[in-house]
Amino acid sequence: MNHTRKRKIKESAIEAALLVCALFSVFITVSIVFILSYESFGFFREVPLRDFFLGTQWTPLFANPKFGILPLITGTLLTTGIAVLVALPLGLLVAVYLSEFAPHRLREIIKPALELLAAVPTVVYGYFALLFLTPILQGFLPELSGFNALSPGIIMGIMIIPYVSSVSEDAMIAVPMHIREGSYAMGATKLQTAFKVVIPSAFSGIAAAFIIGISRAIGETMVVAIAAGGMPNLTANPLEPVQTLTAFIVQVSLGDAPHGTVAYKTIFAAGITLFFMTLGLNILGFWLRKRIRELY
Amino acid sequence: MEDLKKRIRANKLRNYLFLIIGLLATLVGLLLLCTLLIDLALDGASRLSMKFLLSFPSRFPEQAGILSAWVGSFLVLLVTALAAIPLGVATGIYLEEYGKKNWLTDIIEINIANLAGVPSIVYGLLALGLFVYFLKLGESILTGGLTLALLILPTVIMATREAIRAIPNSIREASYALGATKWQTVQWHIIPYSTGGILTGIIIGLSRAIGETAPIITVGALTFIAFLPSPPLTPEFPYFSFQWLMDPFTVMPIQMFNWVSRPQKEFQLNAAAAGLILMAMTLLMNGLAVYLRYKFRKRVKW
Repeated sequence: MNHTRKRKIKESAIEAALLVCALFSVFITVSIVFILSYESFGFFREVPLRDFFLGTQWTPLFANPKFGILPLITGTLLTTGIAVLVALPLGLLVAVYLSEFAPHRLREIIKPALELLAAVPTVVYGYFALLFLTPILQGFLPELSGFNALSPGIIMGIMIIPYVSSVSEDAMIAVPMHIREGSYAMGATKLQTAFKVVIPSAFSGIAAAFIIGISRAIGETMVVAIAAGGMPNLTANPLEPVQTLTAFIVQVSLGDAPHGTVAYKTIFAAGITLFFMTLGLNILGFWLRKRIRELY
Repeated sequence: MEDLKKRIRANKLRNYLFLIIGLLATLVGLLLLCTLLIDLALDGASRLSMKFLLSFPSRFPEQAGILSAWVGSFLVLLVTALAAIPLGVATGIYLEEYGKKNWLTDIIEINIANLAGVPSIVYGLLALGLFVYFLKLGESILTGGLTLALLILPTVIMATREAIRAIPNSIREASYALGATKWQTVQWHIIPYSTGGILTGIIIGLSRAIGETAPIITVGALTFIAFLPSPPLTPEFPYFSFQWLMDPFTVMPIQMFNWVSRPQKEFQLNAAAAGLILMAMTLLMNGLAVYLRYKFRKRVKW
């Protein structure tokens, strides 16, 4: 009898310990939100929200500092936009090819190889964008400056192909076979079935894939920190140097920003802007992905 | 009739055309990967030597090496693994085997999905506020390792869950039928049978950690470190020391970043050589993960 009770106590103790471990991940999120809000609260006491969101100059380290976040946001959107123009069409084509056309054996080889694109250290991509792609692009576009938004944008786009393609492919594979067979029975080719039947059926999954890709591009740091330059620049011209939210955080961290100074607090203000941009996209993506599972 | 035949032919032609377009789109990424490796090799191979591996960074590009960088990367990764593996596996086991379908489990799940999408530099800011200033751990190997552990935790959790989910229920029921408790079932059946999948996830996570630069920059890792951390073994009693955990450090990607951002061509060659070694480590770890996945999948037949 005593033995059974001991066993029960041990079992509950183990379950409690495992629960504590699981709750730790919630603690991480809470501390991210807490630390980002706490440090940027200090920042927003000194800088009015109006200047932060509507100001067009970002010069926090100058003698006469200006804290308009817009140039960093446009820089982020510009590089992300270029990456998206590369990654979405290519990622979708790859997903259609792998799920509907490629022979099984080829798929087994190509999938892990494509995943490698997401595994390459981003600092290596940065090196490649700055010292390989930019000089080549300058051959076609002489007005392209040494640091620019175009080259890191393209590299980021290729880097996020596997994120886009693997989630879209999962969504397409989840489309039941009988839907395809119905289409074939009507005399449609594989291509027509893929684009007119499978893609519309897998739409919410593909949308989720796009959103995950965009969120990755917004948060990507090293490629833009190395190859896009360090100039906050309110521009839509991809040939000019720009600075993103992430690259700004790197720039300040590399210099000496003592604890408690305004410079120290700016990186948290930039960080919380970044966090909420990606959080919104991630929640939307999570919700869309959940919907595919419920659909069939 | 003729018209219909023409249309069928045209449709078939388009179908074949897409076979080529799809394959080309797939190859774009792979071609870029090859170009990148060749470019790194062409630039960096001349700098690769034992001396490069065993020298500290220096003002003179020909004398500079990556000794402190790879030692730092190794130690940071050790801390990362020790922190992320137990925590991640325990969370995965809880969610798959213990968690009931209620709001608490839902919150934990949504939360992990969200953590996986948080940009790495935000983890860096968290670490700066939490480890460096709040817990006063300083800009140390411990801080770096814990930061990367937080970063790869979602990867380890998801791999654990996927591996456990693949185990059929009949195994659990057989164990319960013999009178085993839940933990005994987990300990003697669930964990051993999911080891392959978990290991794959851990290696993928660590390969991501080894290349991460941004969060390590944010916690303030110095870029010029011309010394090694204190040794873990000492000649006097008690013969070991944990001082190295608190030492400043640099890691491979930071060393490479430092060299890339210099204007001199010679330093950029060093960057290429460091990048080559970094790529070799990443590819090796990913290759190992793919191999393990393949091997365990073949071995296990339910």
